[in-house]
Amino acid sequence: MSYLKSKFHHPKLAKNDLGLTYRDYEGALSTLCAGCGHDAVGAALVQACFELSLEPHKVAKLSGIGCSSKAPTYFLGKSHGFNTVHGRMPSVATGASMANRSLKYVGMSGDGDTASIGMGQFAHVVRRRLDMTYIVANNGVYGLTKGQTAATADKGSHTKKGEEILWSAIDLPTMALQLGATFVARSFSGDKDQLVPLLKAALCHEGFAFIDVLSPCVTFNNHATSTRSYDYVREHVEAGNIADFVPSREEITTKYAEGESKDICLHDGSLIRLHKGKDGYDPTDRFAAINAIEQHRIKGEILTGLLYCDPTLRDMHDFLGTTETPLNTLDEKTLCPGNHALAGINNSFR
Amino acid sequence: MKTINSVNEFVIRFANTNGTGSASANNMFAKAIFRMGVPVSPRNVFPSNIQGMPTWYDVRVSEKGYLGRRAGGADIVVAMNAQSMVDDVQSVEAGGYFLYDSTKEIDPQLMRKDITFLGMPISAICLREYNDPRQRQLFKNVIYVGALAALLDMDFDVLKGLIADQFKGKEKLISPNVHALELGYQYAKTNFNCPLSIRVQKSDKVGNRILIDGNTAAGLGAVYGGATVAGWYPITPSTSVVENYEKYCNRLRIDPASGKKNFAVMQAEDELAAIGIAIGGGWNGARSFTATSGPGISLMTEFLGLAYFAEIPVVLIDVQRAGPSTGMPTRTQQSDILACAYASHGDTKQVLIFPSTPTECFHMTADAFDYAERIQTPIMVMTDLDLGMNDHMSDELSWDDSRTYDRGKVLNAQQLEEVEEFGRYLDVDGDGICYRTYPGTHPEKGIYFTRGTSRNEYAAYTERGEDYVRNMERLNKKFRTAAEILPQPEMHSQNKGSKIGVVYFGTTNAAMDETFDLLRAQGQNVDGMRLKAFPFAKAVEDFIEQHDQVFVVEQNRDAQMRTLLMNELDIDPAKLIKVCNYDGLPITADFISTTILDHIAVAPASKVARG
Ligand SMILES: Cc1ncc(C[n+]2csc(CCOP(=O)(O)OP(=O)(O)O)c2C)c(N)n1
Ligand code: SF4
Ligand SMILES: [Mg+2]
Repeated sequence: MSYLKSKFHHPKLAKNDLGLTYRDYEGALSTLCAGCGHDAVGAALVQACFELSLEPHKVAKLSGIGCSSKAPTYFLGKSHGFNTVHGRMPSVATGASMANRSLKYVGMSGDGDTASIGMGQFAHVVRRRLDMTYIVANNGVYGLTKGQTAATADKGSHTKKGEEILWSAIDLPTMALQLGATFVARSFSGDKDQLVPLLKAALCHEGFAFIDVLSPCVTFNNHATSTRSYDYVREHVEAGNIADFVPSREEITTKYAEGESKDICLHDGSLIRLHKGKDGYDPTDRFAAINAIEQHRIKGEILTGLLYCDPTLRDMHDFLGTTETPLNTLDEKTLCPGNHALAGINNSFR
Repeated sequence: MKTINSVNEFVIRFANTNGTGSASANNMFAKAIFRMGVPVSPRNVFPSNIQGMPTWYDVRVSEKGYLGRRAGGADIVVAMNAQSMVDDVQSVEAGGYFLYDSTKEIDPQLMRKDITFLGMPISAICLREYNDPRQRQLFKNVIYVGALAALLDMDFDVLKGLIADQFKGKEKLISPNVHALELGYQYAKTNFNCPLSIRVQKSDKVGNRILIDGNTAAGLGAVYGGATVAGWYPITPSTSVVENYEKYCNRLRIDPASGKKNFAVMQAEDELAAIGIAIGGGWNGARSFTATSGPGISLMTEFLGLAYFAEIPVVLIDVQRAGPSTGMPTRTQQSDILACAYASHGDTKQVLIFPSTPTECFHMTADAFDYAERIQTPIMVMTDLDLGMNDHMSDELSWDDSRTYDRGKVLNAQQLEEVEEFGRYLDVDGDGICYRTYPGTHPEKGIYFTRGTSRNEYAAYTERGEDYVRNMERLNKKFRTAAEILPQPEMHSQNKGSKIGVVYFGTTNAAMDETFDLLRAQGQNVDGMRLKAFPFAKAVEDFIEQHDQVFVVEQNRDAQMRTLLMNELDIDPAKLIKVCNYDGLPITADFISTTILDHIAVAPASKVARG
């Protein structure tokens, strides 16, 4: 059972533009295993929201079912949340966004939740470019049901019980790229310096922002023959483009030599400043991104960082032509055509 | 030979091949009779196929207003499909008429002595008159309608008016169509004895009623009821609900200033997502809905459980049809009752409402959004293929402009400031219905985490048994409250003191006036009760209590409504007698009355112990 953390605020705690502290973005005390990667993902999200000065109640967090999907209880306690059904958070998020386009939507899912039971819904939420940040806490295993193999686990690696994994792995960033996500990143729960700016950029991006976060399961998938253990991931991650997030209100001070960096300007005026890693590529080039992911995989490396971003593409509401006013605020005066409109309708059925 | 003599009381059947454009001509025929002031009930029997299979369109014409399907064959058959000719000849009632295309000689073996064959060289006429093969095909249909105008003594101007309406904006097409009508009319006048012994006469029995299908009406009900979010996946026979919703929204729901849409429709990847979208919208405070049919209900079942437990308002229109696969599923049934009433895992009970006419589809769909938000639960509007896809003569649609939407117990920011404490699942009013908030309402108050089961009154996570039980008991209480909010049954008392009652719902209603008349003709004055909602109102219990024998009429094999009544009201099974028709065709008064009379003959009501 979870209980609330002390609400006592240390007077010296830093405040953001809204006068809120980091504490205001936390949730209930976690009941996940000590050391579970998902808690670090939650903490990074708390930090990102705090630093962006998002109004907590203007964020809605949604999840499916799994340890990762339980995590929303442990962050953003002042945001409404919805723990839906296994693999089907994308449709609920779609409906929620249709009802009120003015909130920020954060989806938290697992690799079982997204790459297996929810694969269909994931594919389609990407296609419709729902304006949301979709995080998969990828541990290569089903945590909550105690250790079955997930579809993201690498073929040829071994389970804790020593069985070889026979089936090809699904690479979610590649899928997201193929299906039209407009922001795709990969990171590691153990690398907060990389994860927090990526989350900030994702939260500011208008459109479907997908982040695959390698998030080890200490209980069922942290053994020596696993390719999702802390040790393995740490040794094999390869940061491609290193991203800094520069909020719109901040002046850009750091300078990089010509050709070494690239700025991507987001809708709200904030910038993603990218420094090319040793084999960085142009992250606005979708084919290059897919290619780079695959090239690294062949070498046994896990490519992380901002893999792709195109802030110019439209999102679901642009396609639907929805009014700017959140639909859930419209009343009968706007919605009901009234009795007089029925006269013509009745006549068309005579 | 004895011929059928009838004015304004007959059944005509059109036997066509689908994909040949016959539907609009047949529809024009039915509408012409309707415009002559005579009640009609047209019904399509169509295959799960787009082109090349037999389809039938039956039009019952009934001055008396008997609008259920009539048992038996047709009095007149218009046979335009060689493939089904053998059956079509057989389907004519003795003394009736068989109008066919005599361009090719009919197989003499098909000839019957007890009906009149009216051969008309329709293909030959088309070949002579038109060059374009498409026109040759299309105008065949219009030509037989023209012939029927002469044979049945229909008002030719009414038909011309219908053509003018149909081709408004495409005026070039009016005169060729009228010409085709005239070709048929003239041929019949010259070659047959017009009018036949069966004919139509102007009447005044239609009044200001309209001829509309239930899906269009339900789609309009969603527009008027304020739905803004729709998620759906195509499935016959429910597809046209959301299609009509969207069509009328595009006319009536565009923001005049920006030209943008005051609604959002998403064709989802499947029914799981369709209901998920509706639930997401409902959770977030928009009136949201989906529409589906049996297979979709099966897929939506997991989510319906979540919505029940998480107490999310959502409206689902279930246009029922026969079971899995394709084929029979394009036939009508009322066979999702139990699947819907108890949809999902864990202890769940869902709210169902049962419209009987398109007008009720309109009103009940609009009302369903009020019920959903008031009760905070899914509301399923249970229609069926017959109601949804066929045109029915129905009261004109009207809307009370003083009506406001009942958004249920929702606290806004100011109310949150004022309440002492907020607990999402606190039963403050004692009716089992709690106060909710929309996400984003207030920075500090009224924020909660929505989940299925494991929560206490303050929406905090708990796995304690007593918390769970308390919540489940409250949900039960809420369900009892729902029975008072939902529409009450409609009573048809024939005679006070009758010991026999008949319970029915949905489209069966169309056959009931005739059923009561047939029973009365046999000396049986029975009481009727039309169910409109589940959970059952107190009045339902009372009605059953007041009668010794209660027939439950439904369109499924397993007497699902009977089971629901027995189960929910603890009724002695011996008291409830099933009257089940499930051949995929709408139930008939003949079937209902015969089943009831047969049963009464065997077990008179007086001998049944009072239950
Ligand atoms: C329909 C359905 N099937 C199965 C389950 C059981 N289940 C719960 S969580 C889970 C797997 C979760 O794995 P993942 O999404 O990777 O989350 P993790 O626990 O690893 O973070 C399963 C199979 C369920 N809740 N619902
Ligand atoms: S079982 Fe694994 S995934 Fe679940 S909480 Fe524990 S460490 Fe995390
Ligand atoms: Mg997992």
